[in-house]
Amino acid sequence: MMLKRSTNRGYWWFLLPGLILFVLVIAIPFLMNIGTSFTHWQGVGTPKWAGLDNYARLFRDSTFWASFRNNLAMLVAMTIVPTLLGLLLAAVLYDYITNKFGSRTASFFRAAFYLPQILPVAIAGIVWAWILHPNYGALNGLLETLGLENLTRNWLGNRQTALPSVMVIMVWFQLGYPLVIFMAGLQRIDPEIYEAAVLDGASWFDRFRYITVHLIRPEIFVVLLTTTIASLKVFGQIYVLTRGGPGSSTLVPSYFAYQNFFEKANIGYGSAISTVMTVIIIGLTIFFIRRQSAEEL
Amino acid sequence: MTSLPLKSSYKKPHKAGIGRFFVLAALLIVLLVVLLPFAIVIINAFKTPEDYATYGPLSWPTAWSIDGIVEFWQRVDYSQKLLNSLLISASVAVIGVLLSLLNAFALGIGRIKGRIWLLILFMVANTLPQESLVYPLYYLSKEFDLYNTRFVVILIFSVIQSAFGTYLLSSVFSTFPKEMLEAAMLDGCNKLQLLFKIIVPVSRPTLAVLFTFFFIWTWNEFFLPLILLISNDRQTVPIAVGVLQGQRNMEATLSSASALLGILPCFIFFLIFQRTLTKGIAAGSVK
Repeated sequence: MMLKRSTNRGYWWFLLPGLILFVLVIAIPFLMNIGTSFTHWQGVGTPKWAGLDNYARLFRDSTFWASFRNNLAMLVAMTIVPTLLGLLLAAVLYDYITNKFGSRTASFFRAAFYLPQILPVAIAGIVWAWILHPNYGALNGLLETLGLENLTRNWLGNRQTALPSVMVIMVWFQLGYPLVIFMAGLQRIDPEIYEAAVLDGASWFDRFRYITVHLIRPEIFVVLLTTTIASLKVFGQIYVLTRGGPGSSTLVPSYFAYQNFFEKANIGYGSAISTVMTVIIIGLTIFFIRRQSAEEL
Repeated sequence: MTSLPLKSSYKKPHKAGIGRFFVLAALLIVLLVVLLPFAIVIINAFKTPEDYATYGPLSWPTAWSIDGIVEFWQRVDYSQKLLNSLLISASVAVIGVLLSLLNAFALGIGRIKGRIWLLILFMVANTLPQESLVYPLYYLSKEFDLYNTRFVVILIFSVIQSAFGTYLLSSVFSTFPKEMLEAAMLDGCNKLQLLFKIIVPVSRPTLAVLFTFFFIWTWNEFFLPLILLISNDRQTVPIAVGVLQGQRNMEATLSSASALLGILPCFIFFLIFQRTLTKGIAAGSVK
């Protein structure tokens, strides 16, 4: 027996609180932000209509482009490297360590690699901020102990080393996430496929390439999508580690928007930056989801 | 996570060969690099400044001292920060789960008209960068005299988290056995009873996963709380630790103590919630 249509009607009431709050907290602010991106506004008084001025300025602004280039560096450090390393580690742990040392050993490694992920991004930043501190930081201390004084430097305060340092920190922070997702995905795979491959004489690397990577494609999609979006939103680590500096060598769009909103009181310009970020993120989401559903068909 | 062994693989462990120890050694080296920062934070948090100045960051503490931790605790009034973080995260977890539940009941069970569009709306909201909401939220909370209150942070995060929860729960609910719903309706259950007497008890494990995620995600939030909570007595743990880092010239041991106190609660949650989290991660419900 099907539920009658009339009994379905009363369900709207349950959506009401959620929908009202959604409109107040997300929809209205989101539209306001798009609105202010077409104005000049200091945050007080009436916003002045500016048309596409802010967007035109954005495309000429070398600082904005610098922040996007740094974003590509974040993409490498948060998406590409952790996904590749995570795949390799997951396959080694699942298909090698589990066989040779038992599943407890593999679970132990998985948990340990995941540990940085449990930290708030800001705390993760702080851990590293003092390890890399030029005067009393542990890294320079270690180098001095080893007699490598000439390698010590102001890691985060130097244009050449600031961005690479931040990238290393991001890899450290991010690695556990793909690893855990991939290992969960590997549990879905029928062990008989591996057995058959072994009987056919497939090497470990063949199995990795043709079975593991192929069969956990859905997980790889999820990881690529979520970490790409996360890399576009990086803020906390930059705030704690470098504040975008020195110069704009570690500036990211998120921090650039923050500066315009709360330090320079250029609300219109800040809104334009965050609107561009939103368009890119939603575009990427649609792209990934379409690709994924195309694969599944 | 160590307590959940992996499903055993396709072969019985065969332990012959020494090649396997090279792989293990390589993994241990990578592991050491990953865990080294934690170790450095822990040993230096318990050193005196003199000890640190004499022997540097890598020596074992000559005497385990909690002076740095106590000093940092008092300087930032850490008890208050913990209380704020707990209050905000727990409230968001409860309200966020409740909102997700009500939304998903209408969308997943009620299958109301236009639910596909509403689901897309919640999904898009879930990927929005907070930067695109922050200034209006800041402005509006000032207009309504809610700026710098824990209430507004709880409200905002409950809604943001429920966008994800609605999406996840709706798809879980849409597979709910029809017979069970129909039987309940025939027994004269009204919708409220259906939700809280039938659906909630059955989906308790999923709700537990959501609650855990909402709690931890909110605990870890940095951007919006940084902007919305400016007075010291209302800030959360990550904000207090993060802001202090930038402002004052701290001693190394104090810096280390602050990092340790920031890590510790998360580590405790990890131990408490690890089973729920592992299940949730396995279910693919990770942001």
